Amino acid sequence: MLHGYLPAILGGLMTSLQVAACSLAIACVFGLIGAAAKLSSSRAAHAVVDVYTTLIRGIPELALMLMVFYGGQTILNYLVTEAGGDYVEVPAFAAGVLTIGFVFGAYMTETFRGAILAIPKGQMEAATAIGMSRSQVLARVTIPQMIRHAIPGFTNNWLIMIKATALVSIIGLDDMMQRAGLAASATREPLTFYLAVAAIYLLITTVSILLLSRVEKRFSLGVRKAELQ
Amino acid sequence: MNTKTPHPLLVADQITKRFGQTEVLRGISLSANPGDVIALIGSSGSGKSTFLRCLNLLERPNSGRIALNGEVLELAADRDGALNATNPVQLRRFRSRISMVFQHFNLWAHMTAERNVTEGLTVVLGLSQNEATERAQHYLQKVGVIHRKDAYPAHLSGGEQQRVAIARALAMEPDVMLFDEPTSALDPELVGEVLRVMRAVAEEGRTMIVVTHEMSFAREVSSEVVFLSKGVVAERGRPEDVLLKPQSERLQAFLANSLK
Repeated sequence: MLHGYLPAILGGLMTSLQVAACSLAIACVFGLIGAAAKLSSSRAAHAVVDVYTTLIRGIPELALMLMVFYGGQTILNYLVTEAGGDYVEVPAFAAGVLTIGFVFGAYMTETFRGAILAIPKGQMEAATAIGMSRSQVLARVTIPQMIRHAIPGFTNNWLIMIKATALVSIIGLDDMMQRAGLAASATREPLTFYLAVAAIYLLITTVSILLLSRVEKRFSLGVRKAELQ
Repeated sequence: MNTKTPHPLLVADQITKRFGQTEVLRGISLSANPGDVIALIGSSGSGKSTFLRCLNLLERPNSGRIALNGEVLELAADRDGALNATNPVQLRRFRSRISMVFQHFNLWAHMTAERNVTEGLTVVLGLSQNEATERAQHYLQKVGVIHRKDAYPAHLSGGEQQRVAIARALAMEPDVMLFDEPTSALDPELVGEVLRVMRAVAEEGRTMIVVTHEMSFAREVSSEVVFLSKGVVAERGRPEDVLLKPQSERLQAFLANSLK
């Protein structure tokens, strides 16, 4: 099947999934820190995160990735050789994952911030008034409800992010897209291979949607759906 | 300080509170003895809710002293001039001994009615799940919502939600219960069921401080009525004196309006 290229493409799929998983973890960390900073009372923290979300959400991921990969390489090596070290090469995997994680961290920041703001303040107050510590309020009341409110936006971000991992082929990472491209030019059948890749992405995103809607149900116990005729 | 009675449960001394330039509380004192039911009345903006929220430090007063069972809450002013508890463990213990019922119920939306009651018992008081469930069911029974114990707040009526909130506060078996306009957010036909529960709680001899607009409740249930106006105590005393023989013009005007 696929002129014997299927195993190669599926091998590339593993890379794509690894990039996606690592990027997601980084994006969530940036998102939580960003949301906490935006909701804090520190003006400096607000300013930093505002610059981050405005800048990152306003620049194409592709441009950012090329900037981090090539620009980061140049800056890093300038610093290293100044300090008397040898030339270093930024690993493509790290550059890709960091860039995607950093970019989607900006989207996650807004998703998480909105999710926390959606919880009525009185519920945190009631937990405080009963004698819970700050971390108990966070763990018992804020986070469980934040997850519920965050899932729709989180699902969106995740879908867009999975697709954005296709960009890592640009910086030479051996992902599914890269391998499909090689196979397409070797066999001169681009449609066959790009269709195959498209089908695999569609499969991943569809499964994601199904799984995340289950999670949403699980966390939406006690939510009354509006019934519109 | 109240010198008539040797053992007041909760004492608040000269509490002041500013919001920016506005002085909301200008030195309010209150002393609750065991079994007292103190009704705080006053027009909106008089500072009664703010005062109540200062008692468990949901609002940070700018000056004053709070003592529970003779133990003084450790407070220190921060840069903005508001008082902060310097001993977080003591503050949490105080809060667990002073439970609060809110105007908007503030039940935790992701938990069932029963879980709303057990949560504080397991997390704050350290009861086992079984003990907590047993105690929760006892109090849900008492306020008459045991049949709804597995329902989530969104599926309960306002009156049921407030009764669950009262069960949550009662189950902590606190020294003092604070009620912040507990019936103000309810439809008129649901007010009665909540007031009946509160009356039963008062008759058990629990110590309560109630911010309320329900003059009949203040008159029939409370042992002391405190009328706040513009951040000070304008009149206080036994309900039959304060409500039936108001001395100040402000209280006369307030009562005339609220009895309409």
